[in-house]
Amino acid sequence: MTPGPWQRMDLLARQLMPSMLTLVLVIINVVPLHIPGFSRVAPLLPLIAVYHWAAFRPRLLPAYAVFLIGLFQDILTGAPIGVNAFVFLAVYGAVLSQKRFFIGKSFFILWLGFSLIAAGASVISWVLVSAFHLTLVEPRTVFFQYLLTLGVFPAVAWLFLRWQRAFLRLD
Amino acid sequence: MRQGTKFVNRLAQPIKSLAQRFAFMGLLMAAVGMMTLGKVDVLLMDSIRAHVTDTVAPILDALSRPIDSVSKAVDHLRELADLRDENQRLRENQARLLQWQAVARNLEAENRILKGLLNYVPGPEPSFITGRVIADTGGAFAHGLILNAGARDGVVRGQAAITGDGLIGRVAGVGDRSARILLITDLNSRIPVLVGSERTRAILAGNNSDHPRLIHLASGETVSAGDRIITSGHGGAFPPGLPAGLVASVNDGGISVQPFVRRDRLEVVRLLDFGLAGILTLPKLDADPKSNSKAGDHKGARARKP
Repeated sequence: MTPGPWQRMDLLARQLMPSMLTLVLVIINVVPLHIPGFSRVAPLLPLIAVYHWAAFRPRLLPAYAVFLIGLFQDILTGAPIGVNAFVFLAVYGAVLSQKRFFIGKSFFILWLGFSLIAAGASVISWVLVSAFHLTLVEPRTVFFQYLLTLGVFPAVAWLFLRWQRAFLRLD
Repeated sequence: MRQGTKFVNRLAQPIKSLAQRFAFMGLLMAAVGMMTLGKVDVLLMDSIRAHVTDTVAPILDALSRPIDSVSKAVDHLRELADLRDENQRLRENQARLLQWQAVARNLEAENRILKGLLNYVPGPEPSFITGRVIADTGGAFAHGLILNAGARDGVVRGQAAITGDGLIGRVAGVGDRSARILLITDLNSRIPVLVGSERTRAILAGNNSDHPRLIHLASGETVSAGDRIITSGHGGAFPPGLPAGLVASVNDGGISVQPFVRRDRLEVVRLLDFGLAGILTLPKLDADPKSNSKAGDHKGARARKP
């Protein structure tokens, strides 16, 4: 039985959803919230998304999509173009290489894994940006950004899990 | 038959993963390549940025509006809470400012007479383009804003961005309907300024923290905490005399500056369409019937009069 056009569209939508959700997070990340001091340390929402989809549904978020999302993040935030593309890909690769570790683990372990990988990502991006500007960029803001990202991880990951259970059961 | 497919699968699996690994490494290399290219060809990257920003500008515009309203409502509530104190403060302020007004009037009159005596040629008067902040970009590595005004509104690269409080930055990239502002706190921001009543020349240099620094002071010159910092107008594109901040502290680590503008309060930003850019692009402005060609003509006439 060949799937009808509606079914095919449905399937396509399901497959595009993770990339689209991540793109939306990139945009939401730069909307001005008018909270003092917040914009400098705003949590890196797309990083959470990349980590989550790499751990659960890497086929729905292929490497080239991660690359494009990273580029989009660089372009929109004004970071040197290529930095976040590199960092997101590194996170994606790191998670995929440890895929067996993530299967069937508790939420807390996932969070712990994220704390390690996000720390690595922060260090890499700090090194890359410092090298790009040929000066040592203020490391404190990077650290606070890392902490905030870690803090919002459960909320974002929970949303993704809910969404995944509701829409991706067939997969 | 089934065993055959299994065999093929077993053979194909490593090849497939090898190919995937190559593709992955290729993408990583491409990212590094983009960084290198960005270092070499800044203009290309800027134009890519402008195009992409233009594309998402309407989305950002729509998203930022409700948040602006909410933040305004919160502000209103907060103002209601300390209405009495604020009133008291404003009354005291007004009494003080009235004295200043008298002084300013006297000085203005005197200034006019002196200018008349000297046959002073006034600089071109700036016209304004106003835009709404639709994105607060950056995070840890860059300090910028995106405005919903672009080339079609007359925005040009290099224009100064100000609010009622003072200078916030300059236009770093222009799309058709969006513009990117580089804040004075960004690592790449360097602005020639004058410090204090001595008008000491210096450069206001951003360093990605909330407090930019003063560098390249002329040797032998000193500044002290509390000195006012204004743009000097050296280098052309910036109008002189825009307030930028106060000297916050002076120590061995350098001179730290408290900018007048608070980044989280920025909602509407004015771009100064200053004379120099106006003169340089005058023919184009004449040819262009819409946008602010009127202002351009006016300015041109003024600039040419002497």
